[in-house]
Amino acid sequence: MDVDSNWATDWVRRSADAVAAHRADLTALDRAIGDGDHGENLHRGYQAALAALDGLPDDSTPADALMLVATTLISNVGGAAGPLYGTAFLKASGAAQGLDELGPADVVAILTAARDGIVLRGKAQHGEKTMVDAWTPAVDAAAAAAESGSDVRDVLEAAASAAEQGAADTEPLVARKGRASYLGERSAGHRDPGAESSALVLRAAAEAAADAAERRDT
Amino acid sequence: MKKLINAPEDVVAESMAGFAAAHADLVRVVPEPLYVVRRDAPVAGKVGLVSGGGSGHEPLHAGYVGFGMLDAAVPGAVFTSPTPDRILAATQAVDGGAGVLHIVKNYTGDVLNFETAADLAAANGIEVRSVVTDDDVAVKDSLYTAGRRGTGGTVLVERIAGAAAERGDDLAQVAAIAEGVNADARSMGVALTPCIVPHSGEPSFTLAEDEMEFGIGIHGEPGRETLPLEPADRVVDRLLDAILPDLPYERGDRVLLMANGMGGTPLSELYIVYRRAAERLAEEGIEVARSLVGDQITALEMQGCALTLLRLDDERIELWDAPVQTASLRWGR
Repeated sequence: MDVDSNWATDWVRRSADAVAAHRADLTALDRAIGDGDHGENLHRGYQAALAALDGLPDDSTPADALMLVATTLISNVGGAAGPLYGTAFLKASGAAQGLDELGPADVVAILTAARDGIVLRGKAQHGEKTMVDAWTPAVDAAAAAAESGSDVRDVLEAAASAAEQGAADTEPLVARKGRASYLGERSAGHRDPGAESSALVLRAAAEAAADAAERRDT
Repeated sequence: MKKLINAPEDVVAESMAGFAAAHADLVRVVPEPLYVVRRDAPVAGKVGLVSGGGSGHEPLHAGYVGFGMLDAAVPGAVFTSPTPDRILAATQAVDGGAGVLHIVKNYTGDVLNFETAADLAAANGIEVRSVVTDDDVAVKDSLYTAGRRGTGGTVLVERIAGAAAERGDDLAQVAAIAEGVNADARSMGVALTPCIVPHSGEPSFTLAEDEMEFGIGIHGEPGRETLPLEPADRVVDRLLDAILPDLPYERGDRVLLMANGMGGTPLSELYIVYRRAAERLAEEGIEVARSLVGDQITALEMQGCALTLLRLDDERIELWDAPVQTASLRWGR
C-alpha cells in the first residue's frame, strides 16, 4: 500500500500529540545539557502547524502538507530547532513534489532529503550528539527495508525504531555541536533532546502509516 | 519561583509594550511580528544595524536601539532566538538603501535563524552582511564545540559599528569595523546563582551555597567548571587570568574595560569587581582608556558578572565617544 496526503496530515497531528505529551520530558532533557526550552518550543510550533492544517485545501498533495509544516515550524519554533526541523520538512516537501501517492522508495527519498537538510543547516555529522544521530540510522533502516521489498508501513516502522535506538545511543556521547557542546565531557550521560524529539516525530509517521494501512485493510 | 509577571507566555510581549511606552521618543515597537525599531527608521542612505536573540538579556538588545547604535532589535522568546520571519521584517524596516548589517551572537539557534533570514532578505533584494560575535574565552576548542559564544563583546560591536554607520560608512566598512572589534574583544563570566526561565519555573542549574560556576555563557548554561566560591578579588583575577593571555593583551595596550552584571548582582559589587580589574590591569601595564560598568547583557536574575576587554585605537575611541542615544546608553547628544 502507498500513502497519500491524509497520511501526511495525520503525521502532523500525531506529531503534535506526541510532542504535547512529551513536552515536559523534552524540556527536562534540554535543561540537563542545553537551555531547557526544547519541549516548549517544539510544542508551540506543532500547535501552530495543527491550527494551520485547517486552512489546507482538500486537494492538497503530501508536498503541500509538508511545506505547510516547514513554514509554520520555521516561524514559530525559534531556537536551533526551528530552522533545523523547518529545513527538514522543506526538503522533504521538495522530495515529494508532484506525487499524490507515496511508495516505499518515495518515503525513503523524503526521509533522506529531510536528513540532508538537517545536516546542511546544522553542519553536524553523525555521532556529534544531535538530531542527526536519530535521523541517519532512520534513513539507513528505511532504505534497507525498502530495498528488501517492505511496504511503506514497514519502511516507516523500521525508520521509527532505528530513530529511537539512535536517540538512546546519544546518551554516552560527548556533544560537539549546539549548546550542549559547551559542556564537553559533562554532556555525556544525557540523551540529546533533538534526537529524542526526532524519534517521536518519526514514530508518529510510522503510526500514521499503520493507521492508514488498517483503514485500507478493513 | 517568584516573579513580577502575569503569565509566562506574555512576558516578552508585555515587557516590550512597556519598553515602547517608556521610550516612545526613541523607538517604535512593532507587535506582529515583534521587533523594536528606531523611531526614525529607515534612515535614507545609512547602513542599518539589526541584532537580536533570546529575551532575558536586557538591556541587550532593545535597550541599544537608537541614534548611534542599533536600528532594530528582534527579541525572541526567553532564551530562544527569534524566528527568521521576524528578523526579515526588522531588516526590511531599517533598510535605507545602503544595506543591512546583522550582528549575531554565536549561539547555534541565533546563527541558524539569522542565516535563514539573511537568505530571505537577499531574495528580497536587500544586501545583508553578517558579523558573528564570539568573544567568550571560556569555550576553548571550536573543533569540539559550536565555537566561542558571543557575549559582552556584542555590546561593544553594536556601539562602535553603530557609530560608524551613523557617520556614513558604507556596509563593507561598517562590517569591517564590527569584525575588528569582535576580533579584539574577549570576555569571561562567572555565576554565583542560576536563573529561572519563566516558562519552566526551574533553576537552569544547581549550585551549592559555597560554589560558583566559572566560564558561563548568558543563558545560565553551565560553564567551564564548578569551583568553590572565593572573595571578589580572587574571582576577578581568575577571570583576567583567562582573558589576558588569550588575545593576548599586553603592556602598553589601551583597552575598554567592561564590568557587566548578569542581572542579579548589585552595582556596588560590580564596582568592587571593577576596582580589582582596573588595579590588576595597571599592574600589567595595560591602560584602561574607557570603561563601562553595569548590567549590559544579562541572564535574567542570575547573580554573577563578566569582564570584557576590548583593545582600543584612536578610531575606536572616537567612535565609542561619538553621540549615542538609546534607552540604555546615552551620551554626547
